[in-house]
Amino acid sequence: MALARVYVTLKKSVFDPQGKTIHDALQSLGYRGVADVRQGKFFEVSLEGVSAEEARAVTEEIARKVLANPVIESYRIEVSA
Amino acid sequence: MTIGVVVFPGSNCDHDAYHVLKHVLGQEVRFVWHKESDLSGVDAVVLPGGFSYGDYLRTGAIARFSPVMRAVTAFAARGGPVLGVCNGFQILQEAGLLPGAMLRNRGVKFLSQPVHVRVERTDTIASAGLTQGEVLTMPIAHGEGNFHLPEPELDRLEAEGRVVFRYTALDGRLDDAANVNGSARAIAGVCNEARNVVGLMPHPERASEPELGSADGRRVLEALVRSLAPASQLLQAG
Repeated sequence: MALARVYVTLKKSVFDPQGKTIHDALQSLGYRGVADVRQGKFFEVSLEGVSAEEARAVTEEIARKVLANPVIESYRIEVSA
Repeated sequence: MTIGVVVFPGSNCDHDAYHVLKHVLGQEVRFVWHKESDLSGVDAVVLPGGFSYGDYLRTGAIARFSPVMRAVTAFAARGGPVLGVCNGFQILQEAGLLPGAMLRNRGVKFLSQPVHVRVERTDTIASAGLTQGEVLTMPIAHGEGNFHLPEPELDRLEAEGRVVFRYTALDGRLDDAANVNGSARAIAGVCNEARNVVGLMPHPERASEPELGSADGRRVLEALVRSLAPASQLLQAG
């Protein structure tokens, strides 16, 4: 059993209206030190009967095809056995 | 000639599209369930608006894997006319049939209001017979309609003349305030390279009868119907 964690975020070049709104809210709450907020998505993918290496390959494919839209998003994968 | 209106779980403009095409424009129409994989007998496809699969993951992201989308992709590759409205547009983007992706609206809010769009091209299945530069008033209803594409690709899209509709003021002037969702280059609708697949965020089917405040959308759907006619009929019609 392997667990893959996938972090999907908007590319740096893409404006994030939700992150901006959260940032504005934090500013109005007085968190002056918060310079920026970017919102993303987090997925936990459990895989059975595969090695950590295979899990990474499959998750990579899933992230590219389904979990992230490459036009606007990028992703990062962490795999633990 | 039969127009197929695809129904996904969560489509909510399918009956509006059916109504206008059948009862206002007098066309043969049939619903195509998303599990269908056979489009034989269908001469044009409409992907209606709504919230397919609850907009889970991303708008249109799950719907693109429906069996019907494989058939729609093959249909489009054969040159068949495909029109995507709102969520239908988003599905076509996710399926890779149209460029770009939709970000959350610039002001984050869901927007439900009339907008004005300028017709930029008249050589597509959704704008043939319209006049370049004319302005149509139709409603939008979306949370994610903020068209995004990297700058170099936007330049290429423009150079290829694939921006079909743009948000403008009523007089056709580009105006940042009129670009309510913050779309790149005020893009409201685009087409594929072959110009037989068009997506737009405003809803023509909700503005096709005067009782609804505008009948401008009817012109877009009439263009779709016109695209069904064999070339000889188009020539005769002048």
